[in-house]
Amino acid sequence: MNEAPLYLLREHNVAARRIGDELMIMSAKDSALFSLNETAAILWEAADGNTALADIVARGICPLFDIDADTALRDARETAEGLAKHGILQLSPHPFGSAS
Amino acid sequence: MNAVAAHAPGTLDIGIGGLWVRLRTDSPSFVAEMSSRFAGFLGHALKPDHVFDVELIPFPEDDDHAGVDAHEDAVQVTRNGQLWQVRRGDFFAQWDPRLRHGHARMVPSPYSLDSVIRILHTLILAEQGGMLMHASSVAWGGRSFVFTGVSGAGKTTISRLCPPDAHILTDEMSFIRPQEEGYFAHGTPFSGELGRPGENLNAPLSGVFLLAKGPENRIDTLSPAEAVRALMANILYFARDDALTARVFDNAIALAECVPVRRLTFYPDAHVWDFIGRHA
Repeated sequence: MNEAPLYLLREHNVAARRIGDELMIMSAKDSALFSLNETAAILWEAADGNTALADIVARGICPLFDIDADTALRDARETAEGLAKHGILQLSPHPFGSAS
Repeated sequence: MNAVAAHAPGTLDIGIGGLWVRLRTDSPSFVAEMSSRFAGFLGHALKPDHVFDVELIPFPEDDDHAGVDAHEDAVQVTRNGQLWQVRRGDFFAQWDPRLRHGHARMVPSPYSLDSVIRILHTLILAEQGGMLMHASSVAWGGRSFVFTGVSGAGKTTISRLCPPDAHILTDEMSFIRPQEEGYFAHGTPFSGELGRPGENLNAPLSGVFLLAKGPENRIDTLSPAEAVRALMANILYFARDDALTARVFDNAIALAECVPVRRLTFYPDAHVWDFIGRHA
């Protein structure tokens, strides 16, 4: 596996609340309400802008699911892109704290 | 009530859910027209909770009144510092929650004023943990029930079917507010298909029902997340504002934690109220 690194950052204009066993996110931009599945919730909670997706997957997802790292990373990337499309996450090839 | 005294001409005190809003305008005729619209919710407040100065402007010459009232323009609610600003084609309003004072510039249309009042209440209630909800509500036997759902789900139907000793608080826009003893539903003057205002009463809220029509009456529980989703889909709020969004979300979660939110599938005849009485 040799994919470009990807960093995730939670959007600021959303409200996230855990309700029962679901993580629900509400966007202030369009009032859309999302329920995140377990994988998406792991990504959201780890999306500090400085941890690479590959590390999130290796530490948070692979140990939980019976899945190989490449498949997990590919699925996680898709999920992250979906969340970004809905305005829940920002994605970047660089850490959000870095200048480049 | 926050009672008192005589009224200046051009002044109207509207009390909904115990919140008194004083409208001031230089048009006694508009006040007279509004008096009939808000009948049952008027009084004379010694100290109104909020004061709104209403400046009336003529209808645009190239626009018939129906066009102005058609609600076709999207309403925009934004925060400018502490000031809330509300815009639609037929009005512009500003409200300062710290001063509890606002100003509205609008055409002399009851629909415009009705909209301003509704939006103002969504903002006030959000800060107090309450909400306006697209829902009918009925007080019966010392309790109240709120019925929400998509258009056509039966909000007006179920209020029409309520027992003779029940009171329709609204068939359109429910006013829900936490008080020391728990959540209460209050009557509102906002009417839907029934075309008449609700009764100005309140009662402890026993349940919120997400309605659907079906061949028989049944009640199904909702998961906490489903309950919040049902509430959020029907709570009225307009502002695309981070803090307010979080507040409205938290208010829905708090309501769902305190009051049962369930799905009521009902066959539209009066037996549904026996069923509610037995199961709710």
